[in-house]
Formats: sequence, structure tokens, C-alpha cells
Amino acid sequence: MFAGATVEVDSEGFLQDPAQWTKEIAEAIAAANGIPELTDRHWLVLHFMRDTFLTTGTAPTIRSLGKESGVEVKELYKLFPKGPAKLAAKICGIPKPHGCI
Amino acid sequence: MQPTTRHIVILGGGTAGTIMANRLARHYAGDIKSGEIDITVVDENDVHVYQPGLLFLPFGMYDADDIVKPRGKQLPSSAHYLQARIAQVDSAQSRVLLENGTALPYDVLIIATGTRTAPEETEGMTGPGWQEKVFDWYTLEGSRALAKALSTFEGGNLVISITDMPIKCPVAPLEFAFLADWYLQERGIRDKVTISYVTPLDAAFTKKAAAAALAHLLEEKGIQLVTEFATGSIDGAAGKLVSFDEREVPFDLLAVVPVHAGAEFLTKTPGLANAMGFVKTDPATLQSQHQPNIFALGDATDVPASKAGSVAHFEAEVLEQNVIRFLDGKPFTDTFDGHANCFIETGFHKALLIDFNYDTDPVSGHFPFSVGPLTLLKESRLNHLGKMAFKYVYWHALLPGYDLPGVPTHMSLSGKDL
Repeated sequence: MFAGATVEVDSEGFLQDPAQWTKEIAEAIAAANGIPELTDRHWLVLHFMRDTFLTTGTAPTIRSLGKESGVEVKELYKLFPKGPAKLAAKICGIPKPHGCI
Repeated sequence: MQPTTRHIVILGGGTAGTIMANRLARHYAGDIKSGEIDITVVDENDVHVYQPGLLFLPFGMYDADDIVKPRGKQLPSSAHYLQARIAQVDSAQSRVLLENGTALPYDVLIIATGTRTAPEETEGMTGPGWQEKVFDWYTLEGSRALAKALSTFEGGNLVISITDMPIKCPVAPLEFAFLADWYLQERGIRDKVTISYVTPLDAAFTKKAAAAALAHLLEEKGIQLVTEFATGSIDGAAGKLVSFDEREVPFDLLAVVPVHAGAEFLTKTPGLANAMGFVKTDPATLQSQHQPNIFALGDATDVPASKAGSVAHFEAEVLEQNVIRFLDGKPFTDTFDGHANCFIETGFHKALLIDFNYDTDPVSGHFPFSVGPLTLLKESRLNHLGKMAFKYVYWHALLPGYDLPGVPTHMSLSGKDL
């Protein structure tokens, strides 16, 4: 249950169906993961990541986020502490990135 | 009347480009003779490195002469081979511009320019200590220099680190750690060395079952595993790796896998490649998402498969059919399933084998190979012999583009514990 909606998640809390995602769900996941408020900078990254996943089927890596999202890697770590790529993926409602083998 | 010649241009004469050139030259042998098909391969140098061999160089198991041959010699004599630097793909006019001013028109373009290491992407990597105690062993020069450093290493912290994914051969850094453990035991100084394996992933490997088996092996061999470490900078003078979230790992000797990127010229054509220079490619058909008469295979693509020679080989079989059908104006019928398989050398004359694709992770069981069943995800001597025999197979069967007996293009579930 996130923001009053029932959604399907995996064992680590990643949404399995990106279509079930809403902004309210994003805020709820963020809060549960130690980010009390999503700022414009957060949303820039989240929208970029979600759009990339929806058009290519693959989540961007940290480095491509740093190059293409408009937010540099160091700031990504401040916005999404610990693992920005994974945490941003969780908040923007896409499945867990597999680290592209 | 002279027939109209259709031009196939292949960029890159490495593993993928060479396999493609040989397969297409064989298929179109008659058409090449009659002048209806023309194949040109472009590469900027004539040095073909057997890349799996770079792993063995630092430990004195191979030397450079064992793993380097001229590119031109591996290509079909019926194809043109141009040694030149590529300036840009002019996809609007269907031609490739070379730095020497030549324009090569194409009916079909196949991009097989692989991936390169980009140490300059990480702050401090090429600063103090570079090629003295910080080594990129994914290059011939780096691997040879590391051999020298390891042979005189007296003890301390040996760190093997992956800067970011994707990388060529994601298992090679693990193999390096296993072989280092073996090598240092042989040299009698293992007890004076702490070996650490530093990865940006949350486990020893991307795929779950394999990660568990490999983590167990690391533990058995006394190798420390440091996960979720995204290297932000390297301080060679002080001997430390620093992550973006400000953790530190000290080293006396660092064997680092730098960030990987595609060929630089690919980013000059808008829409052709992503920010890291990998060609935006349909994962099933291997057609470029930018233009229908452009295809890509091997490490040059952005498909979510392993960057490994086995993948290039499996892709080549599918792409050959797709290129032929494209030139005939027919729809594609064959698709690539992400198949990859690789031996994982674990030292002491043993190796594991993994076999997987886009949908199926590596699992245990047996791989029904023509020389006998090889165990999956379990160490065995036969797997090690397979790995060592692969050098011969590479030059004599894989590069010439022959189908390998017992190794199907599409992954088989037979023998697997599912």
C-alpha cells in the first residue's frame, strides 16, 4: 500500500508495473526511504529516469544520469543518498535496475 | 551491363566485425566475384588482441606474443580492409567519412567498434601513481605493466575494482581476484597481502544465483568483498579509492577497470548513440534505432547483454540473416535472445561455466558440449581446460565465423537445473 493505492512490488519494494505509479506514490516511497520532501532537482532526475526506462526498457546508470539528466553525480548522491540509481528507480516507479551485465 | 554494386561497410575489425565480415563474405562469395556485393572493413590499427588473454598476462600465464595478431590476416581476402581513422557517420547521406577525407557510401552499415576504457572519466585515475601502482589491465599496455608490478609486489593491499557498469566481460575482475590469490600463494607471499574486490553492484555479480556462488568462492579464498562502491575519485599518491558517498578503500596496488565508453565518433551523429557512445540498438533484431540501414553488434551496442566475445558470436549468426533479409527487402525472422556463456577461471587449474540470456539467469546443471558435459556454476578441471582451449577455438573457428559444434546460438534449457 502506498498513498492509499494497492500496487504490486518486488521483495525490495520496486514497483513491478510502472503504469501503477503516481506522484503521490513517489512521495510516499521517498518518505519511507529517508527523503522527506521531493524538490525540483529530485523531480528532474525522476522524470528523466522514468522517461528513459519507458522509451528504452532499461534504466540509466549513475554515469549516464550524471551526463544526461542535468544533475551531476555528486549532487545525485546528495539528493538520493547511498545508491542514487537504485533509489531513484524505486521512487519513479520502475523495476530494479540490473546493473546491465 | 555492369551490375549495380551494393556496399556493406563494417566499422571495426575486432571480434564482432571480423566474425561478421567472414560470415557475409562466405554467404556472398558469388556476388562479390560478380561485383554485386562489396564488403569493406575499416579499423584504425592493425592490432587484433585476443582480449580474454589480457587476464592471464599479469600472472605470466601468457605473454603478449600469444595474444596479438594482425587484423588484416583474420579478414576474408574478398573484403577490402581499410586502415583509417573514422571521422563520422553521415547517416542522412548513408556514408562514412574518414579522417583522410574519403567518403565511403553504404547500403548497409554494420557498427562493430566495440568499447574502450575511459580512465579520464574518473578524477585522479590517470594522475600520480598511474601505471606505477594504478593499472588498467583491460588494455595490452596496462596488463603488461601490471605483470611487472605484480612480480615485484612485496605485500600490502591489493585492490581489484570496477568503476562503473557496463564493462567488457563482467566476470574478468572476479577471475583476476581468484588468479591473484593463486599467484600470490605460488609466490609464497599470500599471507602478506589483503585482497579486496570492490564493485558498484550490490553483490559479487549482476545475476543472483551466480552472485551467491561467486561470493562463496571469494569468502573461501579470503578475498574481501566491498559492494555498492561507486568510485568518485582515485588518490594515487595517498593510495586510496574514494566513493561518491565518501567511503575510502586503501591500496598499495590497484587493478582497476575504468568506465567503458563507445567509440567517440559515434556521438557526432545525433540520435545514433547514447551519452556513453553506445549505439542505440534494438535488442532483438540488432537494427539501429536511428536508421533502418544501420546495424550494430558486439560491445558497440547498448543492448542489455554481456559485453563478451561469446555474445558477439551469437549476435553475428542472427545479424547475418537480418542483413541478408534487409538487402533482399524481406522482413526479419530471427531474433537475438541475449545469449551469453563464459568460463570463469578460479585458479588452481579450475574454472566455472555460466550460460544465460535476457530472460534466464545463470543456474547450476550441465552444459552438453561435444567434448563432454561441462558443469555449470561449479568448479571443475574440465572447465579450466575448456577455457585454455578457447584461445585456439577463437583464432580458428570463432573469428572465421564458423558455427561452434554443441554451442547453439539461442540458449538451450537442456541440462539446466531450473
